[in-house]
Amino acid sequence: MIKEKSDVILSVRNLTADVDGTPILKGLNLEIKAGEIHAIMGPNGSGKSTFSKVLAGHPAYTVTGGEVVYKGQNLFDLEPEERSRSGVFLAFQYPLEIPGVSNLDFLRVSFNSKRKHEGLEELDVFDFDDLVRERLDVVKMDPAFLERSVNEGFSGGEKKRNEILQMALLEPTLAILDETDSGLDIDALKIVANGVNQLAKPENATLMITHYQRLLDYIMPDFVHVMAEGKILTTGGKELAHELEARGYDWVKDEEVAEVAAR
Amino acid sequence: MTATATVENLVNQPYKYGFVTDIEVETIPKGLSEDVVRLISAKKNEPEFMLDFRLKAYRQWLKMSEPNWPHVNYPAIDYQDITYYSAPKAPAEKKQSLDEVDPILLETFEKLGIPLSEQKRLSNVAVDAVFDSVSVATTFRKDLAKVGVIFCSISEALHDYPELVEKYLGSVVPINDNFFSALNAAVFSDGSFVYIPKGVKCPMELSTYFRINTEGAGQFERTLIIAEEGSQVSYLEGCTAPMFDTNQLHAAVVELVALDNADIKYSTVQNWFAGDENGKGGIYNFVTKRGLCAGKNSKISWTQVETGSAITWKYPSCVLVGDNSIGEFYSVALTNNMQQADTGTKMIHVGKNTRSTIISKGISAGRSQNSYRGLVRMGPKADGSRNYSQCDSMLIGSNAEANTFPYIQVQNNSTKVEHEASTSKIGEEQLFYFAQRGISTEDAVSMMISGFCKDVFNQLPMEFAVEADRLLSLKLEGSVG
Repeated sequence: MIKEKSDVILSVRNLTADVDGTPILKGLNLEIKAGEIHAIMGPNGSGKSTFSKVLAGHPAYTVTGGEVVYKGQNLFDLEPEERSRSGVFLAFQYPLEIPGVSNLDFLRVSFNSKRKHEGLEELDVFDFDDLVRERLDVVKMDPAFLERSVNEGFSGGEKKRNEILQMALLEPTLAILDETDSGLDIDALKIVANGVNQLAKPENATLMITHYQRLLDYIMPDFVHVMAEGKILTTGGKELAHELEARGYDWVKDEEVAEVAAR
Repeated sequence: MTATATVENLVNQPYKYGFVTDIEVETIPKGLSEDVVRLISAKKNEPEFMLDFRLKAYRQWLKMSEPNWPHVNYPAIDYQDITYYSAPKAPAEKKQSLDEVDPILLETFEKLGIPLSEQKRLSNVAVDAVFDSVSVATTFRKDLAKVGVIFCSISEALHDYPELVEKYLGSVVPINDNFFSALNAAVFSDGSFVYIPKGVKCPMELSTYFRINTEGAGQFERTLIIAEEGSQVSYLEGCTAPMFDTNQLHAAVVELVALDNADIKYSTVQNWFAGDENGKGGIYNFVTKRGLCAGKNSKISWTQVETGSAITWKYPSCVLVGDNSIGEFYSVALTNNMQQADTGTKMIHVGKNTRSTIISKGISAGRSQNSYRGLVRMGPKADGSRNYSQCDSMLIGSNAEANTFPYIQVQNNSTKVEHEASTSKIGEEQLFYFAQRGISTEDAVSMMISGFCKDVFNQLPMEFAVEADRLLSLKLEGSVG
């Protein structure tokens, strides 16, 4: 999957961030190139979900230092909706329920906001309907879900599938999957993973954030990063994930390993 | 800008109807007494029974006290500091043609989006325009008269159809029903009168637009709608007022009577001045609205979109006397800043197999408080009757308050009463979810509000459903995006 001459999509240098004055990210470094799939693993409280929200621009998090360059541009110059329109997609760990707003309307307004940003003509209701029905296949979703309110009364698995459907429509440059495997049974996990794999292309990149190695059995990462206490401690190939599964996160925190990682 | 700050901007939009029309008015001195009641009646050259009705109401009112159970707070009202009659200076006779109406008044209504002139007026809506205490023009009267529909101001009805007014006035809302209805009965100045004869389906929407203009004037209008056997009518009222620092009292009474198989649909889009962001000024909207389903298979449906007023105290109700009669209440109440609303309905099931539906949507923003209060009563003879109530609240930001006070009284075991309630929120997390999908805060709020109100807006006449949606968006629109 790794290209010979790949372009850098995301470059994170010494990123620090607070929530309510408490430092969570403490000097995070990461580079993601086109065509790559990265996984960030780490124990609860390591700051991995915070990292995904900082990238997407959640207002509760304050960036205190460092820089993030996305496709050659300072990411923090962009409002959250501009980040989305320029290709940053966050699949939420807990997708929100929006009563009264139909899934179809939500998807259409979202899709068209990106089209508009790209200077393309917005799709009308009929053309969009055709497109969305075609994309439903990616996550094997029943068209009945289009008529329902966004995520309202959806099961955990249905919500996650709906996230991937949104991703299939928006075709992001950088897809960030925040704990997408949590709360999924094995069948739902396979469907979601299959969807993500279909959408991975040489020109885009995927960043998975997960506590468990399980997801990585279905979506093969090129790089696995281990995060703890607001930093990436070590980076390796997918074998690192198995190592973590076998030995637990404390292993990485050992001074020796941290030292190796620092070199 | 944080999402919270954004939401605050969205809900702090200036009121667009706050202008004052500079026109000479005739007002009477402030204060209320038996002489003032007599003076109002004399100014309107009313029949004797009307003066008796007013005096009886005034004497009862003196013995009554303001209700203190609503969940609202306001300083004591000085009833001697209110002007009870104010009218644009004009000849006593109402203009027969719009050409004779003061152009400033026509301009005022046009500015409010209610064009009255032949060329511009809505093609399928007849409008009665009420400015301060009097009706200044009623459109399409001749067209309506052809099918026997009477649509005029209640002052005119008192002269032209006194026997109808005498028969029905106070028959649904008795003089001493409550403090504000008694006050209204004593001093009401104008309002609309509608009579739909037997078997007639009113060929167009009827609408009254109320405009308060004079500072310190109270507005007390009285509306009476009578639908004879097998007739049908859809009626809409709208209202706005200028921005003043002082509070103004609006105490209206609306009575509806539906006989056998008659159908009345009554819609309100209420946008009185709500006061500023610190709660200064605004209208006290203390209104009694009640419909009597007197005949079998009759139906009365209330739809209200309440966005204005500093304080709203209002419970459009249905008394279901006729067997198989139907009562409906669809409501959207939006409060922001320091607004207070205590609103809901009463469904009184008296006859057999009567049905009622209550759909209430409360939206609270700013530091406002919004309460739903509703009574469903199943009387001892209401065999097989049913009610379904749904009360949904939406909170915008974290400083607003929403309450639900449902009262259910069942005196008949064969009846069925269902009540559902929910609370949702437009907060940082919801807005971030929309933003992450490329949707601006403005669009997100508008989509969530429209979605939340859909069940109610679907009940409005089409022209006004669009208007209501736009009105809510305006109220919540901001400088971002």
